[in-house]
Amino acid sequence: MVMETPLIEFKNVTKRFGEKTVLDKVNLSIYGNRITTIIGKSGTGKSVLLKHIIGLLKPDEGTIIFQGKPVNKMKKSEWKVCRSQIAYLFQNNALLDSMTVLDNVAFPLRQTTNLNRKEIEKRALKRIEELELIEAIHKFPSELSGGMQKRVALARALVTDPKIVLFDEPTTGQDPIRKNMILSMITHYRRKLGFTAIMISHDIPDVFFISDRIIILWEGTVGFEGTYEEAVKLKLPMIDEFFRSLEGFQDELTGLLSREAFKVHYAAMLGGTATVAAVSAALFSVRLDLMHEALGPQAAVEVLRALGEYTNRRFNPIGGFSARHSRDEILTIFPHTSVDKARQLVADFAQELKHEAIDRIQSIAIAKIGAATSFDIYIRAGVAGVSSTDAVDQIIEKARAKQEIVATHRCGSGGNEQ
Amino acid sequence: MQIHISNAIVSLFSFIGAVTLRLLGNLGAIAVFFSLAFVNIFRRKQFREIVNQIFYIGARSSLIVMLVGLFTGMVLGLQLFYTLVKFGSVGALGSAISLSLVREMGPVLTAIMIAARAGSGMAAEIGMLRISEQVDALYTMGVDPVRYLISPRIIASIISFPLLTAFFDLIGILGGYLTGVLLLGTNAGTYFYRVESSLSMVDIRGGFIKALIFGAIVSCICCFQGYFCHMRTDGYGARAVGLATVSAVVLSCVTILIADYVITSFLM
Repeated sequence: MVMETPLIEFKNVTKRFGEKTVLDKVNLSIYGNRITTIIGKSGTGKSVLLKHIIGLLKPDEGTIIFQGKPVNKMKKSEWKVCRSQIAYLFQNNALLDSMTVLDNVAFPLRQTTNLNRKEIEKRALKRIEELELIEAIHKFPSELSGGMQKRVALARALVTDPKIVLFDEPTTGQDPIRKNMILSMITHYRRKLGFTAIMISHDIPDVFFISDRIIILWEGTVGFEGTYEEAVKLKLPMIDEFFRSLEGFQDELTGLLSREAFKVHYAAMLGGTATVAAVSAALFSVRLDLMHEALGPQAAVEVLRALGEYTNRRFNPIGGFSARHSRDEILTIFPHTSVDKARQLVADFAQELKHEAIDRIQSIAIAKIGAATSFDIYIRAGVAGVSSTDAVDQIIEKARAKQEIVATHRCGSGGNEQ
Repeated sequence: MQIHISNAIVSLFSFIGAVTLRLLGNLGAIAVFFSLAFVNIFRRKQFREIVNQIFYIGARSSLIVMLVGLFTGMVLGLQLFYTLVKFGSVGALGSAISLSLVREMGPVLTAIMIAARAGSGMAAEIGMLRISEQVDALYTMGVDPVRYLISPRIIASIISFPLLTAFFDLIGILGGYLTGVLLLGTNAGTYFYRVESSLSMVDIRGGFIKALIFGAIVSCICCFQGYFCHMRTDGYGARAVGLATVSAVVLSCVTILIADYVITSFLM
């Protein structure tokens, strides 16, 4: 097998600012036509590393090799050619604040190409349209929101069709919809234009789904370099700490994990388990339709919130993890648990719901919405075994097929249980 | 006691040495900075930005320069009239005003006024671009920041300063006419005859040479202070920009006066 030559290599690169060593003998390889994501805690030198790639900073020790040639041995003209292939999206956007959006996006073309005015405007407008900025075309950066400024910076970075794009936290300050749009746009443009993307991001786990390679910077050195699958298989404390931080990415409504975080946990569990024969799953769902009819959607929200809280409290201590997978369905995975044992756990949970939780759910709902009308709550659950090849959607299907009502609560204004 | 004295002497010399080294280092850096900027004046895509800067440094400064020129001429008219009356040589008023304006006051005061107005603006603008990473952004887009930001300002200053000095001189002579002739009653014909007869091309050329050099000095110092404001040790961020602006104006003014003496000693 022919070994692939890295596009960019760091060899023992050290960078100090005064007494502080930010990069300490960093060795890493970045390959062409891939998305490489650099993750790490704040202040670990991620941006410094990126600035070394484009030449904004020079290493105190060590060498950076660009397309097989050390940068410090390149002629000025050679380096200029290499640098012209790279675009950089700054963390704080670094838009030229005395220019309009159109001028900002057109600026690199005006300054570095011999294209005529019409062609420059055409290309700039194309990028502006793709990033939904057409209404802001004559505005100045200070008149735009943080998210819009980020998109202008992205348009400017991509307008010259670069071969390498360095993204320094491209989704910071974006709402979830725009965040998804930017990440999918990066993948789309990478496929379309064929550039190599090097990205710094804190959007774990979102970035794992678009990254081909991950570099974890840890205390100024490279703690891990490889694919996501390789990362989850390794049992390094540093990587564990990163993945544990995913627990922060919770479903705001229910307090459960987000779907993405759930998938990462699930993949990590499969990666770390030699045999997955003893993994089970339970799918809980709540009949919200009657509640909607009687009390409106807010009651459903409260019930889901309470159910999420109880699921977490009951199953997290035994290693389970849960996420909401549709409007009213919660999937829980039980690692190291047989199907029979999982059924027993669910039965016990149902008892708890009947005796304690459902009353609380009702009181929460009524207290929050001040309702005194009758409504019904049905909680269904289905338990299924999980095999190593099962995708999350397949598990849901299997568990849904086995669902039955495990708890019912018919409430009048006084909350009578039946 | 002896140890204290020797320590104090060592401290004094090390302080002088450190200051000298820093000064020489800065002078060297400014020389390299100016050379790079000067070479880049002749690169492509410069014309538009040079015209913009001539408008900002030259045209937008003309009103204030003419206003200062007018009142300088008027004050000179008053002061010289009462001085010359004592010696019975009021007829030399035109000569005295025109020579002092064209040789000294025109180039120096114009340069100081532009340093205060446009120079401070240059330092602050470039400083802001630096701290907000816009200078780095230019570099990453393949645009040489020195070529795009510094060179047009330097050439625009070199072009604008002599022109504004000429305005200053002209309006100053008219200011002297206002006080000396219209207010205090000196003969108008004598005033203009003296202006014409006493001014030679050597004086005018000397004034323009000074203006050219001052233009290069002011723009170079102001751009240098703004461009490297992020490397200041006495302040960071917006404070560094403020300090860079103050340093730019103060250093420009002091350097103008020192350079004026040096150039004058060569021209006389």
